[in-house]
Amino acid sequence: MSQLPVILRAENIHKSFRMGATRVNVLKGVDLAVHEGEFIAIVGASGSGKSTLLHILGGLDRPDKGTIHFNGRDLHRVRARELNRFRNERVGFVFQFYHLLDELTVLENVLLPAMVSRSVAGWLAGRRKARQRAERLLDQLGLRERAGHKPYQLSGGERQRVAIGRALMNEPKLLLADEPTGNLDSATGNGILTVFETLHGAGQTIVLVTHDERIARRAQRIVTLADGRAR
Amino acid sequence: MYKLILIARYLLKRRITHFAIAAVALCVFIVVVVMTVMSGLVGEFKQKNHDFFGDCVVGTDSLVGFPYYQEFMDVLEQSGLAVGTSPVVRNYGLLKVVNYEARRPVEIMGIDPVRHIRTTDFGRTLHYRAGQPEKAFQPVYDPNALGIVWGADVFDLGESYGRRLYGDRPRQLSATLTCFPLTARGALAGIGGKPNTQGFYLSDLSLSGIARVDDSLVYIPLEQAQLLCMSGSEKRVSAIYIRFAPHVGVSEGTDRVAELWRQFKQAQAGALNSNLLDTVKVQDWKGYRRAVIAPMEKEQTLLGLMFVLVGVTTVFIVFVVFYMIVTNKRRDIGILKSVGASNLSVLALFSGFAFNVGLIGSCTGTLLGWLFLARINRIEQWLYEHFGWQLWDRTIYAIGEIPSRIEPQVIATVICSAIAACMMGALVPSYLAARLRPVETLHAVRT
Repeated sequence: MSQLPVILRAENIHKSFRMGATRVNVLKGVDLAVHEGEFIAIVGASGSGKSTLLHILGGLDRPDKGTIHFNGRDLHRVRARELNRFRNERVGFVFQFYHLLDELTVLENVLLPAMVSRSVAGWLAGRRKARQRAERLLDQLGLRERAGHKPYQLSGGERQRVAIGRALMNEPKLLLADEPTGNLDSATGNGILTVFETLHGAGQTIVLVTHDERIARRAQRIVTLADGRAR
Repeated sequence: MYKLILIARYLLKRRITHFAIAAVALCVFIVVVVMTVMSGLVGEFKQKNHDFFGDCVVGTDSLVGFPYYQEFMDVLEQSGLAVGTSPVVRNYGLLKVVNYEARRPVEIMGIDPVRHIRTTDFGRTLHYRAGQPEKAFQPVYDPNALGIVWGADVFDLGESYGRRLYGDRPRQLSATLTCFPLTARGALAGIGGKPNTQGFYLSDLSLSGIARVDDSLVYIPLEQAQLLCMSGSEKRVSAIYIRFAPHVGVSEGTDRVAELWRQFKQAQAGALNSNLLDTVKVQDWKGYRRAVIAPMEKEQTLLGLMFVLVGVTTVFIVFVVFYMIVTNKRRDIGILKSVGASNLSVLALFSGFAFNVGLIGSCTGTLLGWLFLARINRIEQWLYEHFGWQLWDRTIYAIGEIPSRIEPQVIATVICSAIAACMMGALVPSYLAARLRPVETLHAVRT
């Protein structure tokens, strides 16, 4: 695995938060390299900074200090527009609480990244292709029949699969999952992990954050976050 | 594309949006209805004043009047400026209708009907002789008698549903008009200052639409007015009303008349009582009636200011609604940013949403306003018939119908203002939404 190229490299990442009058240092110099096609689980106790690290890796947040390189480019030195494009095309997020838009149907939620990246004219020109891709993803995730439903009409497991479909819509290089089974019962969570394993088997690079060692063991490599550092 | 879909869904699915649209619609409805009625009223009032006085008035406030008016009318006619000039005597007197006890003070207006109908809208104001205004002073029951035309409200006709009951022909009434004649020096004429009294027969009624005129003005022939109200060797009038030729603008024509008057006055210097010409002013009809038009225009301006307050209220309502919506949609903003939406895109989403709230609200308000105005007279009649509640007293406003003609430019202004108000109200919440950091909104938010 180590012979495959590194697509994401985090070096000396520091991040602190102000909690009232005190400043809490959550990350104190995290180093991490993610190789292409790798499935990494980041584990750590609650409050250890796992989600914070994941957000920084995905360009949702900025580190106080340190660099993140994606395919050799420093993510936090690029313009906001390029960072938006990175989040749209290069990375897909799966959150613990699904974070689907209630106003959109299942199909529209999956199509959302494709719609965000295109103008109205661009969308009209490419919508057929995008729709086919979204329907294929829903097929693979076993949600074809649910395409016209609203998120609140689905179970937790179904919602999380919709979120995975949305994350994969623009065929990102990197899939980032923040406690994807944390809000699900064990059987449903197991189903979601199987989906991740299937994706990894197909070559998808995945970074998963969890506090559960059993879930972490399903990954190819485990990185433990403790005292603000990765081991 | 996602913005259009989300805007449509927010508009359709969010109940709070419906309240925002309703608030905008209500404000627009009020503005459209009140502006239309008020503008119609002020517009008609101005038009009636214009019709009553012609385009320009060469006149004096003095009851003594001024001489040499015929000579100046000749000057005007030679200049080609005017298509009509009408000498007018204005004074005050007492009207006593025979067989009725009360005397009432009236304003006397002496006119030559043939000249006056060429200059003003006098002919149209007559109720019985609108088709033959030159016979305005010929009573139908005695054409050789001296006729008088008085305002429709000078003598009570009786009314039904706020409309006057005229009857088929003028009532056979005789009246005496009493007035103190003034000499050219402004003194009472005759020994002991005795008043002049002249008997007349009612020949017609005039409804100009100007309440004060219809309530207190009586018309008599010009020569009778000069005999009744003025004394002296030379004939005098109070004013000359002028109607300009179609190609002459009111402002331009008034300036040229003023210049002609200046020259005329110089030429008359030294003539008998030429000092009376110094009191004469040349004004366009608006300037002449400024004392009554200005308050109405001020009321309209005040109303405009009140509508600014309505606009501020709308902005505040929209601000509150959008603040609530944005607060409620923080998670959505985080989701959108996590899939690559830019700050500008989020700003555009909520601004577009505000634009649509404004557009739908103002169009709905305008439509409701239009429907209401189209039926306002029927609604008013229904209220009167069922509850005896009359909103619009025709005898006061002297306009048969409540003005309900919607001006396209008013509608365009109101719609644009409503949309602008919504955009302003949504600006701060939209900006705050665009500035939100995705991690702030996504971290540990449960669905």
